[in-house]
Amino acid sequence: MSVGTLYRGGEGMWTWVLHRITGVSVFFFLLVHVLDTALVRVSPEAYDLVIASYKTPIVNLLEVGLVGAVLYHALNGLRVILVDFWSKGPRLQRQMTWAIGAVWVVLMLPGTFFMLKHTVENLFGSAA
Amino acid sequence: MTATAEAPVAAPVAADVTFRIRRFQPEIDAEPHWEEYTVPLYPTDRVLTALEKIKGEIDGTLTFRRSCGHGICGSDAMRINGRNRLACKTLVKDLDIRKPITVEAIKGLPLEKDLVVDMEPFFDAYRAVLPFLIPDGHEPSRERLQSAEDRARFDDGTKCILCACCTTSCPVYWTDGQYFGPAAIVAANRFIFDSRDAGAEQRLEILNEKEGVWRCRTTFNCTDACPRGIEVTKAIQEVKRALIFRKV
Repeated sequence: MSVGTLYRGGEGMWTWVLHRITGVSVFFFLLVHVLDTALVRVSPEAYDLVIASYKTPIVNLLEVGLVGAVLYHALNGLRVILVDFWSKGPRLQRQMTWAIGAVWVVLMLPGTFFMLKHTVENLFGSAA
Repeated sequence: MTATAEAPVAAPVAADVTFRIRRFQPEIDAEPHWEEYTVPLYPTDRVLTALEKIKGEIDGTLTFRRSCGHGICGSDAMRINGRNRLACKTLVKDLDIRKPITVEAIKGLPLEKDLVVDMEPFFDAYRAVLPFLIPDGHEPSRERLQSAEDRARFDDGTKCILCACCTTSCPVYWTDGQYFGPAAIVAANRFIFDSRDAGAEQRLEILNEKEGVWRCRTTFNCTDACPRGIEVTKAIQEVKRALIFRKV
């Protein structure tokens, strides 16, 4: 069985692939989130137990991933809207791709810092 | 003798170039498979030349479509090094020949043999958008006049050669063969924005359906693939805008 090669698309194709991946990831997060929040009506103790299990470094990393995914999906969504409805959009799609990438990095740097600060201090001890 | 003789032009040097071609012979193969062929080529040779050399000198069973060989008939669209291009417009010097050059059939249409696909679904979508002038009122006794500006409005779409490079580069088309695909939408755009045409409303309704322009996810693969340099995604966007703002 021989498969064909992967299509070598440009930025447009890969931003779309990433848009799908982040979209599906955020959907599954929401699904889990609805389930764990609904748990409080079943048993407040079970709810506390589940929420406590979230206070681990791994879940903290996942939270950073979630913020990154939501932020990317939102920014790229705006880019796609501009591509579709702004007359100059299709010609500027490459520049807009780099622009949303830059905004993503600028927002994620401090975001990641503050989100991971507590975990890192707990794990490695606070300098203060 | 004057001393104005030009510098001697170096004779072009042929180099061995290896092609990795995805072969499928329905009479003997259950599945497509890759095969390698090495042929001497000049940097200015086209990939089409290589295929003809392979067919003529190494393996006569290699099957591909070609007609004009000059990038205007649209017969030899294929996937070269992972991207849709015309074999006759792709020069060896523009490819990295240190690795084998992969050549395979365009994706998303039924594979018939080697590099040949069934183009019928592609042409079905093309026919469905009414790609011909739909005039209004009485037939004029002279030409249908049009200003240069009105002609320029849809110029980009007139360059299409129906090679299917765009449609078969579209990830939506690969998974949803019902989607009209970029080429059909370009053909519709070419008439929708033609001042002499009165069928815009009909075509817009056809493209407003589920498998119409709204399936486009703006991946720009079509724009990148078009060997005629048509801004395909822009053409699709113009149809979307015409539908949203109800203005042609």
